[in-house]
Amino acid sequence: MKEKIRIAAGQGFWGDLPDAPVRQVEGGPIDYLMLDYLAEVTMSIMQKQKARDPNAGYARDYIPLMKRILPACVQRNIKVTANAGGVNVRGCANALIDVARELGFAGRVRIGIVTGDDIMPRLDEFLSRGIELRNMDTDEPLSTVRDSIQSANVYLGAAPIVEALNHGAQFVITGRATDTGLTLAPMIHEFGWAANDWNRLAAGTIAGHIIECGAQASGGNCQYEWRNIPNLADVGFPIAEASADGTFVITKHEGTGGRVNIPSIKEQLVYEMGDPHEYITPDCVADFTTIRLQDDGRDRVRVYAIEGRPATEFLKVSISYSAGFKAVGTLVYAWPDAYEKAQAADKILRARLERLGLSFEYMLTEFVGVNATHGPLAGAPRADLPEVQLRVGVRGQDRSAIERFTKEIAPLILTGPPAVTGFAGGRPKVEEIVAYWPALIPKTEISPVVEVLEA
Amino acid sequence: MQLTKLAHARSGDKGDTANVGLIALRDDAYPILVREVTAVRVKQHFQGICKGEVERFELPNLGALNFLLHESLGGGGTLSLMTDAQGKTFSTALLRMEIEISDDEARKLELN
Repeated sequence: MKEKIRIAAGQGFWGDLPDAPVRQVEGGPIDYLMLDYLAEVTMSIMQKQKARDPNAGYARDYIPLMKRILPACVQRNIKVTANAGGVNVRGCANALIDVARELGFAGRVRIGIVTGDDIMPRLDEFLSRGIELRNMDTDEPLSTVRDSIQSANVYLGAAPIVEALNHGAQFVITGRATDTGLTLAPMIHEFGWAANDWNRLAAGTIAGHIIECGAQASGGNCQYEWRNIPNLADVGFPIAEASADGTFVITKHEGTGGRVNIPSIKEQLVYEMGDPHEYITPDCVADFTTIRLQDDGRDRVRVYAIEGRPATEFLKVSISYSAGFKAVGTLVYAWPDAYEKAQAADKILRARLERLGLSFEYMLTEFVGVNATHGPLAGAPRADLPEVQLRVGVRGQDRSAIERFTKEIAPLILTGPPAVTGFAGGRPKVEEIVAYWPALIPKTEISPVVEVLEA
Repeated sequence: MQLTKLAHARSGDKGDTANVGLIALRDDAYPILVREVTAVRVKQHFQGICKGEVERFELPNLGALNFLLHESLGGGGTLSLMTDAQGKTFSTALLRMEIEISDDEARKLELN
């Protein structure tokens, strides 16, 4: 058994710096690479891709990335945990097998796949048995949006990933799995932590929380002395150096930019936090009020004393459903009287929409440069602002009304207040809204499936 | 005194709820945050922005407070039309708050 392992975060979200995982592999010693690809509504996008092409439906970026790093991973025995499988875990695994063979690693690569998260085909069965899948935020039963559902996946935890690793998988691909599980699983696998070792499971979960947003733990988006954070152009992504006793150090590769210090770790700890006493995952309940931090040298923070409690009897379900349409249009007004002109344009636009008899569920006007981020807290703007962007958004169920709205923006240039520009992009695009429906399901209803394939 | 002199912050979203984690710049400023930055004050501060309840949680181990601002993100996620649909800038919006601090406290925190 190893006493210490280094788990590197390679992606903080789908669309993060493409070279970050490569730099994690090449920039110094690591044992594991963790890649988080799934945002809340990603599954619905993938579901649509799969409907068009049965071979699609997973994080495509994963395959060209593996082409670049697979040889180094095999040579140095770096294992990779990724929720890249989306709604087509097997398709993703097959594409990886092709890459491994193409690179001459046939017979030398074992790929673990975790499925069982997709409950879309079972929704009616659940509803008929009284499992209502109520919205955790609004308490509405799922039946209210049943006909608009596009995807439904359970968040699986670390356990099935551990099983794949225990069966010798070097590359583990999951569908919907928690980001924290991707980091915790290697620790359970390497250190043999028991399924009820709540304090250590909580520690591994919190390590996962710290590194799951990539560079946001190592100097990115960090307010504390932001001017003095060195070389963000070459920012190093975070690495959790975990010990068997459940303590860990957050660090990054030598010579990279950014900063790991107590303030940068604190900022990431509170990110997207709910009740700090209970951070609930499929694996445990972690208590953020027990975390202790200690400076452990340059770009190193030691994290210890974490306590956890038994996991709940439920798993979280991520359901996506169509919720209408939206569009956002913008125009830029220049000095003098930029704000006043933008306000006048908004009034004209609203009068025209009213005359057209268009109504929307929601319409929002913001003035970028005046109030788009801090609203009324920003106070009254200076009289001589150099420019203001008018930004108007509408949302509703009637696609044609939203379409009509998009035709009313550009004409404001020739038919409204002067000194206006910023319309190079053409008409605003109408977007279908895919909304997120969080729910809970009893754990006993879900059976993750683990397979290990050979390239 | 403006809160930005005593604390840093990071914010994010969960559905239509914005979370703001407020962190004391120095450990000895934390009790002042606990005393001054109450849920009631934060709700007042975000008048017109936060339409729901404000909850506060204490993390003395990190010298931090966590606030949940319900009904603040125009529906949240993909439903929201806001520029900041994810509440990422609520952090510095909170740091605009003016708080009461005695001369003695300011001296101890080397803020004079």
